[in-house]
Amino acid sequence: MSIQRRRFIAAIGAGALAGAAGCAGSGVDDDRPAVSGESLTLTTTTSTYDTGLLDEIHTDFEGMYGASVDAIAQGTGAALESARNGDSDVVMVHARGLEDEFMRNGYGINRRDLMFNDFVVVGPEDDPAGIGGASSATEALTAIADAEATFVSRGDSSGTHTKELNLWAAAGTEPGGEWYQETGTGMGEALNIATQQGAYTLSDRGTFISQRSAIDLVVLVQGPIEDGPEILANPYGIMAVNPGVHDSVNYDLAMAYIGWITSPGVQAAISEYQVNGEQLFFPEAVSENPDFRQYVPEGWNGDASEA
Amino acid sequence: MERRRIRGLTVSFEAIPQALAGVLDLPFPEGYVSSIVYVSLYVSLTAVALSTLFSVPVAVAMGFSEFPGKRFVKSVINAGMGFPSVVVGLVVLFAVSNQGPLGPLELVFTTEAMIISQFVLATPPITAISLAAISGVRENVRDAARVLGGTRLDVALVVLKEARYGIATAILAGFGRAISEVGSVLIVGGNITSADGVSKTRTLTTAIQLEARQGQYGTAMALGAVLVALVLAVNAIVVRFGDQGVRR
Repeated sequence: MSIQRRRFIAAIGAGALAGAAGCAGSGVDDDRPAVSGESLTLTTTTSTYDTGLLDEIHTDFEGMYGASVDAIAQGTGAALESARNGDSDVVMVHARGLEDEFMRNGYGINRRDLMFNDFVVVGPEDDPAGIGGASSATEALTAIADAEATFVSRGDSSGTHTKELNLWAAAGTEPGGEWYQETGTGMGEALNIATQQGAYTLSDRGTFISQRSAIDLVVLVQGPIEDGPEILANPYGIMAVNPGVHDSVNYDLAMAYIGWITSPGVQAAISEYQVNGEQLFFPEAVSENPDFRQYVPEGWNGDASEA
Repeated sequence: MERRRIRGLTVSFEAIPQALAGVLDLPFPEGYVSSIVYVSLYVSLTAVALSTLFSVPVAVAMGFSEFPGKRFVKSVINAGMGFPSVVVGLVVLFAVSNQGPLGPLELVFTTEAMIISQFVLATPPITAISLAAISGVRENVRDAARVLGGTRLDVALVVLKEARYGIATAILAGFGRAISEVGSVLIVGGNITSADGVSKTRTLTTAIQLEARQGQYGTAMALGAVLVALVLAVNAIVVRFGDQGVRR
């Protein structure tokens, strides 16, 4: 009885919305769920957004739940900050260290491994620092620093920037000087700047592939997808914002989204997504042997002493 | 006045982006360009209309009265013309964010938040230029109107009529500032479209920024042409509107 009434109200709401929207969408179905017409705010990284993947798969979510996904491309640091302020419902980022901190501070819950690709060191074809084909990313960076060849850094606290700083730290080199340029821009812009200046940069493979036609750079150090060093792995995770911290977040829709995007069907759609004939992301949410470490911060052991 | 201008705009602006999009053959889903044009115009025109309703009375009140600290208020307004839009965006973001004073209204990443930030940006130029226009005619006309036996209201209306070009310029300056700024609408709006390519908070400026970020300079340039055409069209309409006033 009450379910029927709820459905009825939902149908009226959906009808009014469709009417207000000038009947832009398809016909309204009486069986629409109650979330119909709600919107989910997803803050994510420029590297997922700019590849066009989200636009491609979100139509399916919107069709299934009748709820729209407001995807905001911000870079990992800013995406987590928006979530920390309760301004987004779900975050999709790629910097495990920052994700762990976010979880430890109580802001994020129900983390899942989502998908991965890898980072590549790209640069001009003439390769002034001679790093082409190097099997070690850290040695390649050291060579760039030694040659003082121009290197473009994102400089924006994004996942890629975080990875780059970790690589410099692992290489034991402190980047700085004329040759090291922080741009404070998204990945695509950084690739353009590197092209203009004949510079090296670190890019995620997805953005590099999706923009390869517009830029004049080549991959000099491959990531693990092409048998490069494991340190260049680029895993994406997804988390819901903790409704215990921000009670205004749309938690149930956030969990619906996480359930949807980690489902076999959507994971398959992610692996089928291609740009310029190449696969950009490799799904890793569905596994016969789930890796339990995905749910908690790294090194978490459940001891009281942990906190 | 306001309504007529907006109606005029919808008619001409339906055609401009579509024509341009057809010519340039932009690689966007159907309705994408027209929806971002709509969001741009909706946000900027609403913000400018609200600014005008606020600024012109303030300018009239200031132009017709002397009070201690008037110079200071004037200099604050003039300084406001130089507010960096990014800073305005940040301040508005803090205000509308879930943690901010307006948090319960849930305005973050909506067109309403964008209207607030553009209102803040457009109000100083509209007030300052209107005030300059009103002060400019005050000396010549006010005495004559009063000599002819006009009440305070009559004098104000005469001055407003004389100053209408200046006020139109003020509104155009405010509109120009609002529709061309990218910093604050990106921060408080979030540059959102739905998956099927219908803009929710994406404006022409943030769409151009997105294309440039992706290295799509050609499409960025095409969207830039749409934006310039839009600004020129609004200017033409406002100027024409002013001319009609003269003929009458």
